Formats: sequence, C-alpha cells, structure tokens
Amino acid sequence: MSELKLMKGNEALAEAAIRAGVDAYFGYPITPQSEVIEYLMTERPELRTGMVVLQAESEVAAINMVYGAASTGKKVMTSSSSPGISLKQEGISYMAGAELPAVIVNVVRGGPGLGTIQPSQADYFQSVKGGGHGDYKLYVLAPASVQEMSDFVTDAFDIAFKYRAPVLILSDGLIGQMMEKVVLKDQVERISDKDLIKMNGYWATTGKKDRERNIITSLDLQSEKMEARVHRLQKKYVKMELEDLRYETIDCEDADYLIVAYGSSARISQKAVELARKKGIKVGLLRPITLFPFPKKQLFDLANQVKGILSVELNAGQMVEDVKLAVEHKVPVEHFGRTGGIIHTPEEVLEALEQKIINHGHFRHHKTRESSIL
Amino acid sequence: MDILDIIKPENQVFCKTKLMTDTALSYCPGCGHGTAHNLTMEVIDEMGIVEDTIGVAPVGCSVLAYDFMNIDMTQAAHGRAPAVATGIIRTWPEKYVFTYQGDGDLAAIGTAETIHACNRGENIVIIFINNGIYGMTGGQMAPTTLEGMHTSTSPYGREIKNMGSPLKITELIANLPGVYYVTRQSVHTHKHVRKAKKAIRTAFENTRLKKGLSFVEIVSNCNSGWKMTPNEANIWMEENMFSYFPLGDIKVDGKLK
Repeated sequence: MSELKLMKGNEALAEAAIRAGVDAYFGYPITPQSEVIEYLMTERPELRTGMVVLQAESEVAAINMVYGAASTGKKVMTSSSSPGISLKQEGISYMAGAELPAVIVNVVRGGPGLGTIQPSQADYFQSVKGGGHGDYKLYVLAPASVQEMSDFVTDAFDIAFKYRAPVLILSDGLIGQMMEKVVLKDQVERISDKDLIKMNGYWATTGKKDRERNIITSLDLQSEKMEARVHRLQKKYVKMELEDLRYETIDCEDADYLIVAYGSSARISQKAVELARKKGIKVGLLRPITLFPFPKKQLFDLANQVKGILSVELNAGQMVEDVKLAVEHKVPVEHFGRTGGIIHTPEEVLEALEQKIINHGHFRHHKTRESSIL
Repeated sequence: MDILDIIKPENQVFCKTKLMTDTALSYCPGCGHGTAHNLTMEVIDEMGIVEDTIGVAPVGCSVLAYDFMNIDMTQAAHGRAPAVATGIIRTWPEKYVFTYQGDGDLAAIGTAETIHACNRGENIVIIFINNGIYGMTGGQMAPTTLEGMHTSTSPYGREIKNMGSPLKITELIANLPGVYYVTRQSVHTHKHVRKAKKAIRTAFENTRLKKGLSFVEIVSNCNSGWKMTPNEANIWMEENMFSYFPLGDIKVDGKLK
C-alpha cells in the first residue's frame, strides 16, 4: 500500500530506494546528505528486501563499488554532496564510458572547495557539462520537493536501465533537509539473480555460462573503435532529448515575463510568480525537471512570447548560459541568485525581475528607439 | 618410432590453458604476467568455477587481462579494483571474485581501497604482481621500487630520504584481521610456478569456504623496465628483490607465520 508520511527529503529518497527494489547502496557520510546512509543503516533493508548497504572508506571507493555491482547488472546507487561528488567524477566517467546503469544523488552544498554546508545550486555546470573527463553527459533529474526526492528514484533507475547509463539526481541541501508530506510508493520486489541473468546476461558480468564472455570496460586503444564508442554514447544523448525531456510550465500561457528555475529555486520562484501577478505583472515559470536534456525548444518558443527572461539559481550564474543559448538573443536574459548558502526570498526574486528585466527592458527598448530615431 | 605414436592425449605433458583466449599476449617476452594469467585460469578451470567467476582487471600492463582471460571481467579504474570487487561480491556473495593488480595500482594509487577491502575481509582473491616498476607507462618508480634502483623517475636511483622506502604492503595487510591467507610467490622457474599455482588454488578454495580475503603476491620481473634481458632480469630479481620481498607464506588459515 502506498503510504503518506512526513519526512526529510534525504530520508524519503532512502526509503524510496528500499521500496524501488534497489539491490545495493554504497556511500560515505557528508553533510547535508548523511541522512541517506543513516536512514538506510537504521532501516536494515537487508532484512526488508535483501538490499545491501555499505559505508565505504571514501567517496572514491563508494562509486567504484557502484561500478562493480552495476557491471553485474544490479540496481545500485550512491549519494553524496558536492565535494564528495567531485571525488566520484572519475567513477562516473568510467561508468558513462563502460555504459553502466546506476543512480548517483548529489545533495548540493555551496562551493568551491569545502565551501559551506548550506544549500546551493553551484554544481549545475559539473552536472550537465560532463563533470568527469571525456565526451559524455549524464541524464540529470532535479527534484523540487520531498515527493520528487522519493519519486525520482524509480524514474532515475528506469532511465539508467533504458539507456544503460549513469543518471544523476541533482538535489540540494534545502530539498534534502526540509520535511514535507510524501506519498511513498508500494514495495517493489528486488529482481532475482535468475531473472537478472535473463534480462542483463547479454552484457553484464554475471559469470560466463552458456555464452561468450562479457567484458565491462571503457578502454578502446584503437582510435576507430573508441570513436565508435563515443558516437554510440552521443546517440543515447540524442535519444534522451527526443524521448525523455521533462519540464513543467506554470502560468506561462499569458506571461509577459519568464522565470526559469529548477529545484529549490523553482519552489521560491513559484511564490515570486504569485507575488508578481498580485501586482499585475504577468510572469510565468518554466521549471526544467531534467537539466539534461534541457527544454531548449520550449524556451526558444516562449522567447517569441515574453519580453525578457530571468534565470534564478542558487549560484553565481550557470544555467543562465544554457537559457541564453536556447533563446538565441531573441529577448534579454539575465541571472539572479544568491550564493554561499544564502537562499533568496520570493520578494528578492521579484525585485530582481523588476530591476534586471522589466525596468531594464523598458530602458533598453527606449534607448533602441532613440537610437533608431537618430 | 613414428612421431604419431608419441603425439597422443595420454602422452601430453603441456597444453594450452583452456581458459586463455587465442589473442596474442601484449606482454614483453620474458615477462611473468603470462604465466600468472595461465595459473589463475588453470585454477579456475580445474575447480570448475568459470560459470561463477568474475575477474577485475586493473590499470597497468595487465589492463587488457580480459583480452586473454576467457571469463567474465570488469576493468576497473586505476587502483580501484578492490572496491569494484567489493561491489560485486556484496551483491553476488556466492560468486568467485578476484582482482589482478600491479604494484602501482595496488600499493600506490589504490592503497586505501586495498587496505579497506582487506580490513573488511571481503571474500575475494587479490593477485598482486610486484615487479617494482610502472611497466605500462614506460618504467617509472613504483611504491615497491628498491632502494638505489634506477627508473625513469628515479634516474639516479631511489633515494630513501627523498622518495621513501619500498612499501611492503603485503606484510602490512597480513596484520589485518579480515585477511585469511597471505603468501608471496614467484613464477620464474618451474618449481616456483608449481608453488604459485598451489597458492592461487588455496586462495580460491578459501573463497569457496567463505574464509575472507586471500592475497597472493607474485614477485615478478620487468626486463623491459629494468633494461635487462629476461634471463638477467630473473637473476637480478633473485639477487635483489627476494631479499627485500622474501618468498613464502606470511599468513595461513588466518594466522601469521
């Protein structure tokens, strides 16, 4: 039976992992995501479903344990926060290269360096532009609620196995730490070893029986073979863009101005949209749910309707670059965001919209008219 | 006597190892890797466990071990093989999982993964080829490079004061309670090959009995990296490597020798 509970985002994600029939979780403590492994250790999922939970000696070891289990076709995941995710990048790149399904969760904190333990969205570039070395991308899901922390576990594994590729859930300290009500899904049984071999035996290293040997590697010393591998990966990314883009639009039908925001910034911006509309300013919100694939076409189309776009992010301006690329200079695009762990208020967002887009837009428009007269 | 009367299965003394592929080995002539590969595959074949065996290849000369070993294999990032093996054995506790690693992989970049997999007593086999040098990248100093030994990154010889002492990782991990069997072997003579095979067999039998971690070091040569002929390299190994890395069992049945 599905169940309604009041939970922290990190706990909801951990519970969802057990219920999704995940085979193993390998992690290492780091604030603000330690509740994930703490919850799993307390819940004893080995007794509930047979799920393995292990605290590794480092983030590096944890991601490589994920690599090992994933190479055998198991449903396996890890979670961490920004500095720890940096350490995992080597393993993530290897998994992308070796075409392994796995789910990685980043409960983002402020950076660079050790930064702060407060919420941030400063890992956008790292998440959508590669992160590790080489020509690869991650499918990136950005939850904006505790409910989505729970729901996206299943969604992430569906995508990971559909494409045989690592998938990132890009959360942040706010979504991870806050408590909300959440409807938990029913328990799904873990896949038996026998069924796993039937499903994944054509590629996974489960032991050579009644077939040729399976090899999991990201290495191709022959350039032509390596290029073919890279092309194979790129085809997956094109397919992801065509089939698995996710986004949400709020109040966009009649909007004169647009806010683009994901995750916790989207929640705050949604309130800013309400405040603006109370003042008679028609503002809409586009929330990318997947950061890769990115809603490029939707932004391009909305740019024909609105007068300006504000990209609201808890960072110094990262997603704004992708918004600008998508809009192709049709309308002004500006960034607003607090950093260092400070969370912007809806009032601040509205003020930024007015200053950077609405009023500035008037000024710019006016100037253009003047110059055209001259 | 006609030669065909001699060539009969019952007279056969040596044959190609069944679980080795037909791919030509990428190792230099005289290198010990080929023999170590053969022994590992022979043991897996003789124990009849190929259907349940998963190997983990390292980064280094044996990065392409999966080209030669005709079993399911996963290639790990540099030094991470014990963590990768942990991920496999934890989700498939009935399988036989082994890593095959060199000295740079196991005792430098992968020290943390090695020590912690050993300390947890993962039910796996680690086969550790120690030739005191980074072979694949062209002969740089390894954690096990001997004092005074010339490499491309210690061109005037390894200086202890500056570069530290050669690391006896095998003795180090033997002290961890999770480790059940530790032995140091070599594969440069027939006698040593037979002993090494026995050690590898013991290691895999320990996995069968779920005894925890078994660690087989094979002190080997690198004639290319050492800039010697294969024969010179073997003599140099006997004269120099074996005094610092003495052959024999270090821990048997969970007890230090």
